[in-house]
Amino acid sequence: MNIVLLGPQRTPTLRGVVPTMGLAGPVATITAGWQEREPDDSELDQQLPSPGINLALYARWQDVLDRDPEFAAAERRLRRLLDQLQDFYLVRLDHALRAVHDVARRGGSTQLRDDALTEAIAAVRDIDAWQLRRISDIQADYYAAWPPHERPVIAEHRAAVGRVLQEANALVIAGGHVGVLAATLHLFNVAAELSSPVIAWSAGAMSLTDRILLFHDRAPQGPGHPELYGTGLSLLRGVVALPNASRRLLLGDPIRMGLLARRLAPARCVLLEAGTRLDVDEGRLPPGTRVLADTGRVTQLEAA
Amino acid sequence: MSGPAVSRRLAINRLRERRPLEPAVIDRFLARHDVPIVEGGRCTFLYRGQADEVHLVHRTLGLPERIALRRLHGADLWYAVVELPEGSRFEYQIETRHGEHYQRFNDPLNSRLAHSPVGASSVCYARGYEVPDWTQPNPESRPGTLVDLTVPSRALRRDTGVQVYLPARFRRSGSYPLLIAHDGSDYLHYAAAKTVLDNLIHRLDIAEMVVAFVSPGDRLVEYADFAAHARYLTAELVPRLEADFPLLGNPNGRCLMGASFGAVAALSTAYRYPESYGSLLMQSGSFVFTDIGNDHGGGPVFDPVVKFVNRYRAAPRHVAERVFVSCGVYEPLIIPNRSMVRTFEDAGMAVRYLEARDGHSWENWRDRLREGLSWIFPGPQKFYYE
Repeated sequence: MNIVLLGPQRTPTLRGVVPTMGLAGPVATITAGWQEREPDDSELDQQLPSPGINLALYARWQDVLDRDPEFAAAERRLRRLLDQLQDFYLVRLDHALRAVHDVARRGGSTQLRDDALTEAIAAVRDIDAWQLRRISDIQADYYAAWPPHERPVIAEHRAAVGRVLQEANALVIAGGHVGVLAATLHLFNVAAELSSPVIAWSAGAMSLTDRILLFHDRAPQGPGHPELYGTGLSLLRGVVALPNASRRLLLGDPIRMGLLARRLAPARCVLLEAGTRLDVDEGRLPPGTRVLADTGRVTQLEAA
Repeated sequence: MSGPAVSRRLAINRLRERRPLEPAVIDRFLARHDVPIVEGGRCTFLYRGQADEVHLVHRTLGLPERIALRRLHGADLWYAVVELPEGSRFEYQIETRHGEHYQRFNDPLNSRLAHSPVGASSVCYARGYEVPDWTQPNPESRPGTLVDLTVPSRALRRDTGVQVYLPARFRRSGSYPLLIAHDGSDYLHYAAAKTVLDNLIHRLDIAEMVVAFVSPGDRLVEYADFAAHARYLTAELVPRLEADFPLLGNPNGRCLMGASFGAVAALSTAYRYPESYGSLLMQSGSFVFTDIGNDHGGGPVFDPVVKFVNRYRAAPRHVAERVFVSCGVYEPLIIPNRSMVRTFEDAGMAVRYLEARDGHSWENWRDRLREGLSWIFPGPQKFYYE
């Protein structure tokens, strides 16, 4: 499947992308990340050869919550459980990352420090892996207890979404709230019906990966720890999407950035800046893709 | 090779050299400059008029309480140059003496005023200080609403008025954290709390939250470690709010906020009900204490405060998970607040401590709300990638 990842679309570049992909015919769009503003997609449509067909996943989700209160209550319980899990994860992560930074700043024998640093990073990776496993387990239990395809309202919406996707020649996924986006993509089983090329940016790009990383080094309360949030559609494996990296990350701090790269390796931390276009063919990132290196510097992938 | 000479002399010194110093020269000088004149770290305060003495009066720790203005030779212009560190906010008034008659008033040459329940005072913004944009009304921020609520209190033996802030996109199906703000009416009037909430929620800096603005009866009694006040908040107000509004309803979703005596009320309430509140936001807390003897210098109204703070310091107790403490470095309370940070940490609480070059004022507390609220109830920024 062809996937095109773009940088943030505050200054849109989408209009120039579609013709180069040789796409004709209807294009489906997803703007669920915009939540209540989901229908305000006229500017997005202007970037397409013809108005897109908005899958209205956010509105469908709200409809499910309204018409299936039993499922809505179960989903709220799931959300509370996952929030609690994320809290525990952040507490553990905080301690483990402090240890990493403390070790990284120590002097003395370089060899000993490097060994200690590797071990400290391994502890962080263990916590990350534990978190992803626990999220997966909890979600599996939830879907086993509440099979979405057996809920008539969800089944009805899934069928409608499937019909649009089967007729669409491409799918465009915009940014916004990555949690809402990932949740609705999963709930309406978008991956299963997808065969056409996908163009995505920002939260849309993140939701295509197998690891969604939340990050914001310039938050008003100070830099937080980058945290794993779960999985997206996993159409892109081994990629951690970092939209607007130069504005959201302290790229000038090589220790912090190097730690991030080593923590998530072998996955590539891919920078998606304004103007970026990455044509991912069969999961392979193109040469020139800007990624974080283990040194904490930004580097470009070379041709394989 | 050197560039064109740039005058490093203060404007007032250049004026002093003018001869003759006619009134029209002074008129033009005042018309050309914003007063106080801020030049680097030096601020020139001016007063024009006849008097026997003129002083700058203020409550900034570290500076003489009364700073004499000197009269410009042969003119009716008085001046004083004060060094103010970068980013300072400095509140002051002018005091004149005519014979035996003293008079205090706001600086007639400075239109900037800071307001508080005890009146207004002039304010000087030193180099580097800017009024945060999120404290000013922004037409793009959707406004929340304030709902008036009357909560009968058996604990306080009176009906209490509470103003409840609901965020712009408030939904009954939502689930919101609760912030209880002491001196609520003052936070709304003097710290622009509603504007701040509207803006910070709009910017995704803080979570959508419900805020209960409570106001005291006899403040110096109710906020000074008063059991009835703590019972009112915890056993009467919180259950009522959780019944009326869709709130998270757990300690992590509850925060007590207060400034000055209000901060003491927040701490003492959490102390009396340690399982009830997940976080505290305390600004310039009146945490006066003694290490020996009873001479705390605060007068009788501080007696119960000192007794409580001494007891707390002797046996620090974990009363909340997270504690945000801020204080101005120009207020006498900076010393007890610095001391309390360590005490809170020793009790096993996560502490975020912030100092500002400011005094004991509502604008100081306003300016710290972004850091405080975004730490207590962070906004969803980390989820948004546009």
